[in-house]
Amino acid sequence: MKAAATSVGLLALAGTIGPPAVFMLQSISGGPGSTPALSLDVVKTVMCVSTIAWFVAAPFWMKVE
Amino acid sequence: MSSLERDIEELEEAASSEYERQRVPAKALKGPSAFWGMYAGEHTAGTEFMIGPLFVKWGADAFSLIVGLLIGNLLAVLTWRYLTATIACEQRLTLYYKMEKIAGRGLVTLYNLANGLLFCFLAGSMITVSATAVGPFFPPGTIEMPTFQSTMPTGPAWIISCIAIGVAMTLVALKGYGVVAQVGHYAAPWMFLVFVACALVTLGRLGTADVWALLTPPAGTPKTISFLGIVFFSWFCNAAMHIGMADLSVLRFAKKPSAGWASASGMFLGHYVAWICAALLLIYWVRQHGVDPQVGKDPGTMVNDAVGWAGLICVIIAGWTTANPTIYRAGLAFQGMIPGISRTGATLLAGGLCIAAGIFPAFAMNLLDFVGIYGTILAPIGGIIVVDHFLADAVGIPRDPAERSGSAFNMVVLVAWLVPVAVAMWLYKTQGVFASFLPLPCAIACGLLYIVLSKLAARDAIAVRA
Repeated sequence: MKAAATSVGLLALAGTIGPPAVFMLQSISGGPGSTPALSLDVVKTVMCVSTIAWFVAAPFWMKVE
Repeated sequence: MSSLERDIEELEEAASSEYERQRVPAKALKGPSAFWGMYAGEHTAGTEFMIGPLFVKWGADAFSLIVGLLIGNLLAVLTWRYLTATIACEQRLTLYYKMEKIAGRGLVTLYNLANGLLFCFLAGSMITVSATAVGPFFPPGTIEMPTFQSTMPTGPAWIISCIAIGVAMTLVALKGYGVVAQVGHYAAPWMFLVFVACALVTLGRLGTADVWALLTPPAGTPKTISFLGIVFFSWFCNAAMHIGMADLSVLRFAKKPSAGWASASGMFLGHYVAWICAALLLIYWVRQHGVDPQVGKDPGTMVNDAVGWAGLICVIIAGWTTANPTIYRAGLAFQGMIPGISRTGATLLAGGLCIAAGIFPAFAMNLLDFVGIYGTILAPIGGIIVVDHFLADAVGIPRDPAERSGSAFNMVVLVAWLVPVAVAMWLYKTQGVFASFLPLPCAIACGLLYIVLSKLAARDAIAVRA
């Protein structure tokens, strides 16, 4: 159970920071006025799903001493 | 026994297990992970979304923000580690019980009143910030959002939002330190990443990764905070907790003083990275939407615009994880003030006051000044505890004097506390001294006055006996 929760938790964290990072890199490398391949709406959706996943997984994964 | 009686008995048992009037026993000590998570959660808070933009309003430059915050936060961590955690692990008492031993119960009542009220105002500003995240869930215009210039509630919908969030926060605080630590522990890694995500999206939308250039205010921007102002603000924005020793109540559960290093998670993630990320959010709105930095934009709208619902949940939870320990501490303060009140009753009282304060945006919108004043009033008591713990034997004054003499009101402590605070408040009100410059000299002056007055009082007592 803990292994599954750890995997989901790590994926959730990646889903929280990964899409914004890709959005930034695509926006900056594309130059002024360019539209990144990864739209901001997709970034927001992935982050929202990742948030739910995080709060489901974290109590199983993380344990306060 | 009825279920109600059973519930009351369980609550009383839970309250007594917080060891408010005894040394924390070895079986209740917690390992460092509880503190790293708690500090990261507590200081990556809703108010960070307010402080970053307030720096922009005050015209802070890039060097002050990047270097000044680094220095100030390092000094704060060192203060936690070498003063607060050291005393906490040797004494293992709450601030209030330690104060009672030094100042007597009567004076602690006065201190607790100031302490509890200031904690409530601070938690109230966290409720204010969290409430700005409720607006975007409803059609535009349903909840009118406050700006930097707002002081009064913006309408009934705003008031209802604050009450709903404040009640939820109070209910969690009722569960005591264990639950508070767990909530902070779970939320902290995700919450920090959401702050960073806000900054990444903002940099992408502004089309540059040159954070230094973005943090440099346009020419002609009035600069109302200096490099030293930023250093002292970041060092003493939690003055009441470290030099003021409020965190004795939390760190007394630590197995070793090294748990004080855990404050670094809060300082460098929350008071460094998160502040800069939050500042970038307002910089985007100023540059792309022409928002006046003096008016600002509410955190909920900015975060929703950048990262959507995840950001809104972050604003609410960020306020929540910080308000929880603050309400918990305020509850302890009121419990120390009102004999016989249960921890449940004291926490409910604290929560009610926090909600009332949260409804008024004035506290959150003047946060830079408020935290300085808050530290100036409370930090000097820490100066007295430092003297009692480290210097009393060396300078020849008694440790825990009120407990030894059976005094209920140590006049020496009252004078040593109030004189520096009165001078500091005069400097703030009439000379325009930045409030964050005042806690350190106030604490030092209070400690020195305490030594001098204690020696004078001892000499007088000997003269009377002779």
